[in-house]
Amino acid sequence: MAMIDEPLYPIAVLIDELKNEDIQLRLNSIRRLSTIARALGEERTRKELIPFLSENNDDDDEVLLAMAEELGVFIPYVGGVEFANVLLPPLETLCTVEETCVRDKAVESLCRIGAQMREQDLVESFIPLVKRLAAGEWFTARVSSCGLFHIAYPSAPDALKTELRAIYSQLCQDDMPMVRRSAATNLGKFAATVEAPHLKVDIMSMFDDLTQDDQDSVRLLAVEGCAALGKLLESPDCVAHILPVIVNFSQDKSWRVRYMVANQLYELCEAVGPEPTRSDLVPAYVRLLRDNEAEVRIAAAGKVTKFCRILSPELAIQHILPCVKELSTDSSQHVRSALASVIMGMAPVLGKDATIEQLLPIFLSLLKDEFPDVRLNIISKLDQVNQVIGIDLLSQSLLPAIVELAEDRHWRVRLAIIEYIPLLASQLGVGFFDDKLGALCMQWLKDKVYSIRDAAANNVKRLAEEFGPQWAMQHIVPQVLDMINNPHYLYRMTILHAISLLAPVMGPEITCSNLLPLVINASKDRVPNIKFNVAKVLQSLIPIVDQSVVEKTIRPCLVELSEDPDVDVRFFAGQALESSDQVMMSS
Amino acid sequence: MNGGDEVVAAPAGPPQPLDWKFSQVFGERTAGEEVQEVDIISAIEFDKTGDHLATGDRGGRVVLFERTDTKDHGVPRRDLERIDYPICRHPEFRYKTEFQSHEPEFDYLKSLEIEEKINKIRWCQTANGALFLLSTNDKTIKFWKVQEKKVKKISDMNLDPSKAVGNGSIASSSNSCSPKPCVANGGSPDRSYNDLGNDFSFPPGGVASLRLPVVTSLETNLVARCRRVYAHAHDYHINSISNNSDGETFISADDLRINLWNLEISNQSFNIVDVKPANMEDLTEVITSAEFHPSHCNMLAYSSSKGSIRLIDLRQSALCDSHAKLFEEPEAPGSRSFFTEIIASISDIKFAKDGRYILSRDYMTLKLWDINMDSGPVATFQVHEYLRPKLCDLYENDSIFDKFECCLSGDGLRVATGSYSNLFRVFGCAPGSTEATTLEASKNPMRRQVQTPSRPSRSLSSITRVVRRGAEAPGVDANGNSFDFTTKLLHLAWHPTENSIACAAANSLYMYYA
Repeated sequence: MAMIDEPLYPIAVLIDELKNEDIQLRLNSIRRLSTIARALGEERTRKELIPFLSENNDDDDEVLLAMAEELGVFIPYVGGVEFANVLLPPLETLCTVEETCVRDKAVESLCRIGAQMREQDLVESFIPLVKRLAAGEWFTARVSSCGLFHIAYPSAPDALKTELRAIYSQLCQDDMPMVRRSAATNLGKFAATVEAPHLKVDIMSMFDDLTQDDQDSVRLLAVEGCAALGKLLESPDCVAHILPVIVNFSQDKSWRVRYMVANQLYELCEAVGPEPTRSDLVPAYVRLLRDNEAEVRIAAAGKVTKFCRILSPELAIQHILPCVKELSTDSSQHVRSALASVIMGMAPVLGKDATIEQLLPIFLSLLKDEFPDVRLNIISKLDQVNQVIGIDLLSQSLLPAIVELAEDRHWRVRLAIIEYIPLLASQLGVGFFDDKLGALCMQWLKDKVYSIRDAAANNVKRLAEEFGPQWAMQHIVPQVLDMINNPHYLYRMTILHAISLLAPVMGPEITCSNLLPLVINASKDRVPNIKFNVAKVLQSLIPIVDQSVVEKTIRPCLVELSEDPDVDVRFFAGQALESSDQVMMSS
Repeated sequence: MNGGDEVVAAPAGPPQPLDWKFSQVFGERTAGEEVQEVDIISAIEFDKTGDHLATGDRGGRVVLFERTDTKDHGVPRRDLERIDYPICRHPEFRYKTEFQSHEPEFDYLKSLEIEEKINKIRWCQTANGALFLLSTNDKTIKFWKVQEKKVKKISDMNLDPSKAVGNGSIASSSNSCSPKPCVANGGSPDRSYNDLGNDFSFPPGGVASLRLPVVTSLETNLVARCRRVYAHAHDYHINSISNNSDGETFISADDLRINLWNLEISNQSFNIVDVKPANMEDLTEVITSAEFHPSHCNMLAYSSSKGSIRLIDLRQSALCDSHAKLFEEPEAPGSRSFFTEIIASISDIKFAKDGRYILSRDYMTLKLWDINMDSGPVATFQVHEYLRPKLCDLYENDSIFDKFECCLSGDGLRVATGSYSNLFRVFGCAPGSTEATTLEASKNPMRRQVQTPSRPSRSLSSITRVVRRGAEAPGVDANGNSFDFTTKLLHLAWHPTENSIACAAANSLYMYYA
């Protein structure tokens, strides 16, 4: 005890807790590993702390995960880059544990360290580590090794490079599907470091192996590699090697593989160039848009805008648009919904005329879709189409769609459309809003469902922000305030809530002249819930209004409420009075 | 495929019938001992190597056993198998560990009790010597990791005075001599070191007086940790779980739906089969069992209460309502009775190791199907034909709804399943084989075949006996074969590489070898 100086006491506790029974304390210590390292000094960190961590690796996964993360930034604490290799052993063990997230983090940290290491150290310690992991007895080590090759490879001498390529090729044919999946996932990264001649031979043959794997889960990941590899190869090679594979994949027996292709295809267009795109990729994509499996069509439909952006407008109109028309009446609502969420983006691509002629009918039919998500998705992207053709062409169809959504049976649908009202208001303009939407906004304040009333109150505030206090004073505030006399106390409560939201937007004058009297009035309500909400609202109004108003109007009202027979009312009135005292003192 | 090799290696003609011998029993009942309901075994499963065996019981516990006879010599088991000398060893197991997998629960929304009974256990890929398994009750699947952990004994703490100073003068009074009112191991509520900013400065060489704790004891013990819980995905009772060969997914099946999970993701699953009709009154058929193909990750089979097996291909579509293949035996004309549909219900299906055959068990028979032939089974084995006249009694006491499991040997040459009176039967399914052995789950498995029971005086009473629900008295059929509805052998498993069977008789686990 005598040895520990007073200022070191916390550090001593921290070190001891590396081995505490309580996992929270161990975690805490591990997260402060850098502090411990600095206290021990660089040399003892290298000679004692790091070996200590290497030995004590049968801890809980949470602790190991934290350790893997900390070690990734540990180079400064062991004495800089020249000593970076001492960090490898503990991370190597972490690369073999059973929990995936720990391994992934350890690999990430190893990559981070490896990227800073000196070339000679990489050859002497990092590459042997990769080789050990790749030859590991358990699949966990081999899985981890796949993610390290792209760091190890560039600094290896030629002979070693050949060996590393051979090892990776072995991993691509491992017995365990988990290892092959990892090899497939990391192939793109590894390929980026391999020299062009080997790329075309070695890497492409590995890629071929993976694309013919009998496990769907491996082929899926090979698809992801297509785009990455395609970008590395020169255009003719890409056309020769990748294009046939992807076209094949687009007709794979497994819908999951086709699904992946549908998601990735647009990324390949640039790699192969315009002509093969037109002759091969467009037909493949059209097939996917017409796939038997709805999941594949969903993925394909979701990429329709991205794909069209790459194509020339003529190709898009000629080949893609007919499919889009079909999809807009697809039997699966999810397909239509996916289409609706992106189709508005096609307007800028196709230009004004084609949009009016071709897309508008599709927009209109989707706006009448029986499935609310489809209509909502169209409405949510209204701004994109507005820029191209203006809103007028749509507004006639929009209104019925909005009204229907506003009155939908499911409150979540109503909630969703309320969220879009400010967007609609800004796109459609004040005039349209006054005529058509104002009444809806008022109606929502009297909804049966609390979440809708709550959202409606918020909506009123956002509208006031959008169009300004003057407009709000004319068009929404009076209607809102009218409802304070509603016989149902829950609706009166909603209005109080709306007032508290509106007040900051409307400013002190309108608040004092129009809003405050209502609130004061409501303090005489017969329902205690209203009264204590009055207390809460008054509290929120104190910072907004003038000090004299607080003294003259708000405080007397609160004092009265603080003598209410109801305990809750007294409580909130008391709280409000307290905060008004604080405001006074600070001013 | 290993199974395939062994079939080829077998001599021409059907293999000789096996001579079964008793090997081991765990949890044997002493005479007159009452069986506790919670101790009754409800699931048995060997792992892929056959080095471990797991059982689950009605009390929600999982018990693990490990093989002892291969551990003590250096030769890998694979090589041993190739050595061609008469096997002097047979698999022997010892108790390894146990843990409480499931607890009884109550579903407050549906006012339903959820039993803790383990319905199925499946082993997953081992890694780093840690064992992984899935266990399920009616509603919830859990993923377990069983691993040896070091028992930590820490010494050489910075702040433990009894160790740090060592003269014993201030022994065991660490609190009183701390410079601050702080417990030695940091139990202090004010966590003083949290104030340590990164700018806290240390001497460049570090502080010599600080020491790292030293772990002294290296004893280990087994710890089971629940890594993931896959819950709230089944409206009906889960009857099967099955791992995929891709090592990352598994399925769970209840009466009407089959869901696909990723082992790493417990908060979402995909529904791949849904046989629930729009109107529940139209319900005629439920799913009774489901299993993935042992090597094709896209294929799975499920059985139904109408006696059919459907093979589906996950590649075809996301929701596999239409099957790729249907295996059904056409009903023999004129044989229809009230019980036909009930006894046709399949209680269990298993793929053979090579994936070509599927074994199914219905109430009266075992059937072996070739997945390349959907016109009918390639073989049918009568399990307890003598019960056919008794179906009425069996219906009255609900025994007709008992769910017997079935299993295949690793080489695919034999099949086995259980029956009443703690009997189980082993059949040879190689072409030309007539092997059909009846064994009893006791220390003398062949007793049944020597014994010729003759208690004719009971037979009359058994016919006229008023049948009660859950009748406890053992019955005796017209031939004098006694049978006991209450001692049923539902669960059994065949060792994946050797001729060894583990079976459950109530709370006892019996092991046999040949």
